Amino acid sequence: MPSEKQQEYRDHPMNENEEIQTNPEHDDSVDELTDDLETLLDEIDEILEEDSEEFVENFIQRGGQ
Amino acid sequence: MSVPTIIGTETEFGISVKNAREQDPIAASTLVVNAYKSRNLTSVSWDYGQESPLMDARGYIAETDTIQNDESNNNVINDILINGGRYYVDHAHPEYCTPECTNARDLVKYEKAGELILELSRLSAEELLLDNQEIIIYKNNTDYKGHSYGSHENYLMSREVPFSDIVDGLIPFFVTRQIITGSGKVGAENGADETEYQISQRADFFEKEVGLSTMVERPLINTRDEPHADSKEYRRLHVIVGDSNMSEFSIYLKVGITSIVLQLIEKRIIGKKFCLQNPIAAIKTISRDLSCNEKIELQDGRKLSAIEILQEYLSLAHQHLTQEERTPIVEDILNKWDFVLQSLKTDPLSMGQYLDWVIKKKLIDAYVERHGFDWTDARIRMLDLQYHDTRPEKGLYARLQKNGHVKRILTHEEIVNAISHPPMDTRAYFRGTCLRKFGSDIHSASWNSIIFNGPTGFDKIMMERPHFGTHEIVGELLNNSTVVELVNKIKADCN
Repeated sequence: MPSEKQQEYRDHPMNENEEIQTNPEHDDSVDELTDDLETLLDEIDEILEEDSEEFVENFIQRGGQ
Repeated sequence: MSVPTIIGTETEFGISVKNAREQDPIAASTLVVNAYKSRNLTSVSWDYGQESPLMDARGYIAETDTIQNDESNNNVINDILINGGRYYVDHAHPEYCTPECTNARDLVKYEKAGELILELSRLSAEELLLDNQEIIIYKNNTDYKGHSYGSHENYLMSREVPFSDIVDGLIPFFVTRQIITGSGKVGAENGADETEYQISQRADFFEKEVGLSTMVERPLINTRDEPHADSKEYRRLHVIVGDSNMSEFSIYLKVGITSIVLQLIEKRIIGKKFCLQNPIAAIKTISRDLSCNEKIELQDGRKLSAIEILQEYLSLAHQHLTQEERTPIVEDILNKWDFVLQSLKTDPLSMGQYLDWVIKKKLIDAYVERHGFDWTDARIRMLDLQYHDTRPEKGLYARLQKNGHVKRILTHEEIVNAISHPPMDTRAYFRGTCLRKFGSDIHSASWNSIIFNGPTGFDKIMMERPHFGTHEIVGELLNNSTVVELVNKIKADCN
């Protein structure tokens, strides 16, 4: 069973001539932004990986480019 | 002579498997890339014949060990995407390369589509893991223990510009642009001076001004001379000094203002105007100066802040870009560039919904204030890392975006669309459309070649001009041809 998200992407119609209108001016909707961090802060301890100490200690990557 | 704007980025992602007995990043990366590849029915290899990563822009071939491309696992570690991009295992990281784009806005769209591709891969790959195991993919640049992985930008340039002009014009820009493009990092690495928080993820890793290496003693200017296009006419500037950005606004300005500065360099406007006394020290000083006001010394004796230097570049852009070059998107980038510099000058924290390093800083500040933790607490480092987590529910940037907290450049629909549709206005259109339409007849491909496996054998089509192969030029041909007709028509046109 694909997840809901996979389904969403798979169902997206393919139309090669479809072009999205670009209007760089239209996105300046600063009013729609919120600077309220409280919502995330209320949830953050549940979102953060458990046992942060061990998690960040064990996060080791090989160097790349 | 000015060349058309062509931009692409390459992102190496951090990867970790939760509850794995042992971390094997190569196996995990291969699993993730293959999980996505197995969704397609075609099996197209990468054409390594077109690569020359040891060619140095200063005019020679480096005498290091030859890089061996293991053809036996070519198909396992490479996926060429129908959006025209590339997805593969690079060293011990999954890497996504955008298709070639003609403007900063498209580039943001394709880079963000890459994050969705990684998320889709992760979901598919997890079906193969034990129940308690989970893959986590980070779009960041460090494990905070001295191991860095890159986020590279590529810009097409005219071969006519002397490499020394590129070096002189770009170093001061790369050292200072981090106040706009930095992703923020808790702590210091690689022997650099200790600090609680700094602007850039990558600044600590730069040790040389110019060089070919990308993995050790990293240089501010990388000299890899591999244009993936007609090498007589073009060079591809391979930029390794940037951070991986989560913020659409940061990516947009990063590639937008860099393209503009390259246009100024091509016009020979910059010269040695801003040459710094000590760029390697300056990149670290600026990364640690959260006020953005500290002055650094130029070779001519002037002392200027990062904001002031970037204002000078901006002012030269206003003076020297022609009306024709000031497309609506370029005009928008110039306005946003000015807006950001003015805001940083007044109060850097005012950029807390725009620029990654400030967004992250404000989140950590609020968390520290609420709980009274010290900045060296593991939870603060966890918060830093998890800002870059690509999972929508766990990633802190993703959560901020969902809450309407960060400035966006694009809609979600545009980004989803870019997973499966190439840009219309570069050769990525030809590559992506051929893969979608004729995938089973293609043996291999690269940035500048496609090898068709036709009834009479292999036919190699070269694409040496990145701004050709567009919908306008080949759209009708691709729509109305069988694969044999397509190959024959192109071969006839070439003769």
